[in-house]
Amino acid sequence: MKKVIEGSMAVAEAVKVCRPHVISAYPITPQTHIVENLSQFVADEELKAEFVNVESEFGAASVVLGASATGARAYSATTAQGLLLMVEVLFNIAGLRLPVVITCTNRAVSAPINIWNDQQDAMTIRDSGWIMLFAEDNQEAADMHLQAFKIGEHPEIMLPVMVNMDGFILTHAFEPIELLDQKVADEFLPPYKPELYLTTKNPLTFGILAEPDWYMETRYRLQKAIEASSDMIEEVADQFKKTFGRYQGGLVEKYRLDGAETVIVSMGSVVGTIKEVADELRDKGKKIGVLKIRAFRPFPKEAIYDALKNVKNVIVMEKAISLGATGILYDEIKAALYGRPNQPKVSGFIAGLGGRDIPKESIVKVIKKGETSEVDNLFVDLKEHLIGGK
Amino acid sequence: MAKDELTVEKKIKEKEEIVESLLTPGHKACSGCGLALAARTVMNTAGKDIIVTAATGCLEVFSTSYPHSAWKMPWIHSLFENSAAVAAGIEVALKALGREKEAKIIAQGGDGATADIGIGCLSGMFERGHNILYVCYDNEAYMNTGVQRSSLTPFEAWTSTSPSGKVSWGNPTEKKNMPAIAAAHGIPYVATASVAYLKDLEKKVKKALDIVGPKYLQIHAPCPLGWAHEPYDTIKVAKLAVQTGLIPLYEMENGVITSVRKIAKKAPVEEYLKLQGRFRHLFKKPGFEKELERIQAMADATIKKFNLM
Repeated sequence: MKKVIEGSMAVAEAVKVCRPHVISAYPITPQTHIVENLSQFVADEELKAEFVNVESEFGAASVVLGASATGARAYSATTAQGLLLMVEVLFNIAGLRLPVVITCTNRAVSAPINIWNDQQDAMTIRDSGWIMLFAEDNQEAADMHLQAFKIGEHPEIMLPVMVNMDGFILTHAFEPIELLDQKVADEFLPPYKPELYLTTKNPLTFGILAEPDWYMETRYRLQKAIEASSDMIEEVADQFKKTFGRYQGGLVEKYRLDGAETVIVSMGSVVGTIKEVADELRDKGKKIGVLKIRAFRPFPKEAIYDALKNVKNVIVMEKAISLGATGILYDEIKAALYGRPNQPKVSGFIAGLGGRDIPKESIVKVIKKGETSEVDNLFVDLKEHLIGGK
Repeated sequence: MAKDELTVEKKIKEKEEIVESLLTPGHKACSGCGLALAARTVMNTAGKDIIVTAATGCLEVFSTSYPHSAWKMPWIHSLFENSAAVAAGIEVALKALGREKEAKIIAQGGDGATADIGIGCLSGMFERGHNILYVCYDNEAYMNTGVQRSSLTPFEAWTSTSPSGKVSWGNPTEKKNMPAIAAAHGIPYVATASVAYLKDLEKKVKKALDIVGPKYLQIHAPCPLGWAHEPYDTIKVAKLAVQTGLIPLYEMENGVITSVRKIAKKAPVEEYLKLQGRFRHLFKKPGFEKELERIQAMADATIKKFNLM
């Protein structure tokens, strides 16, 4: 059944069919509509779950941590400052190997305070041990939640998953959405049955102190688990296609890469605009392709190399930067290609920070620049008069 | 074996069963640790049908160093400041999973984890009305990191970050009234206890666990290392803290004080302070008499406030 609904409602509907036992959240724009909708579902008993209103995002993350450790399926949503306030807990959830799912409605980080979209929030917690998926549109965002629980809860993975969707651009946009059928979803995502959890029937100690003789091996196993999730992400995307007939890609999505000389790599909603530009340029005979990164963690370096190895120019366009270094995606794309045969030229562009629009004309300009030169850290559409230029 | 020996063996076995502890031997707490005694008493009184959370601090360090655990009940340590929130997550999860009868939930933290860094999560847990007993082991400073000052450090105590010195008498502030803050949330049960009075502590744990809703129990627990007293003096020091009036033992039910532990014979504060290296400077520096008078006045005011005599 297709319905025209807001992105946040699409996500709330998707989370509902995942049947979480516990939802805990703290309000922050532009995440609010998701949790408002979910709390209404709980109030109307459309969803049987405990909805816990907490005193902070730190508390929300801690509540879902405790719930997940007790064997419950647990969910939260946040963004920007809220995500940063969660950081300590996020690392802890991953270290404890708890398959919590959190939606991050990507937003700029303060200061200056700015409630609009970029992806600096999520990119800043990339080292926390979470699987990080990025959605291009609201259908993908909704579907990703069902996939997220399935990936994270797999006994060989047991990792938390963060579903990223661009704040406002997706969360507040109305699109026709194919709603997930509860019965089919139940078959796709069976109840969560962890092997180990807090119970008096098998009293175990969780969250131990690991001295130098033990700590490194736990981090190694965490790394191996998140690496292993690569196959699971692909597998679950395929299963999803079989069950629901939709496929938005696994680790990456290749768009018009056949014979492409120039490929734009990006994440999130801007990929939609980039695809349109690629279509238009293809119509004019230009060999342009798009590589969408769906999974940023685990970082799909093989899939990326495979997609880019015969390309002349790679253009990475991203909505975040590691200040003092370069764009984060740019840096990692370059590393994935480094020293490999047929290594393309790679340029990095920072765009759309704090909700600055990225119109098609800007993408065309970026392509021209990336084809004719090799740049890094080029900020797109800077207002020169505001930074002392002409 | 002779009949007598068999009887003796049976008696020993019976006794062992009685004292079978949820905190098993082999943990790494210092000798004379008040916290270990308090935690063991709380757990054993509660019994094995509990799920407990712990904040970062001495407790998790001395009892859960991988690959060992000293605990026989389900236990989780997450972070320094979220013991109450993790416990809240456990409580709602049990409810959602239809397992609420499986266990009672006890959240634990030291004075720093409770009154400082974790007070936000604790306040949230109280305000939302979770059915959880929160236990604060109050040893009056950040002992695990090396005796730094917390907001429950008493007036003019030396700590490594509130040292006495040329222009300092040690910690410049009075102990924060954490039980009053807990009570201000309108929770049904707040109590203070001390490792010097274990029967009293047991009674309070039992009572608290029978009450539905959030409960707060603050246990005064000397730390021989941080307070610089002899390990064999832990109980003596704890007892004097109560007998001077500095640490009042009481219960509050629904915001009203319903019981206080009376002081039979008031001890002067010097007797308490003298046993502890953290107050040594109070007996050395010129002008110390005045400081002692101030502390005595505080003790007297507490005695009056709680009607301890």
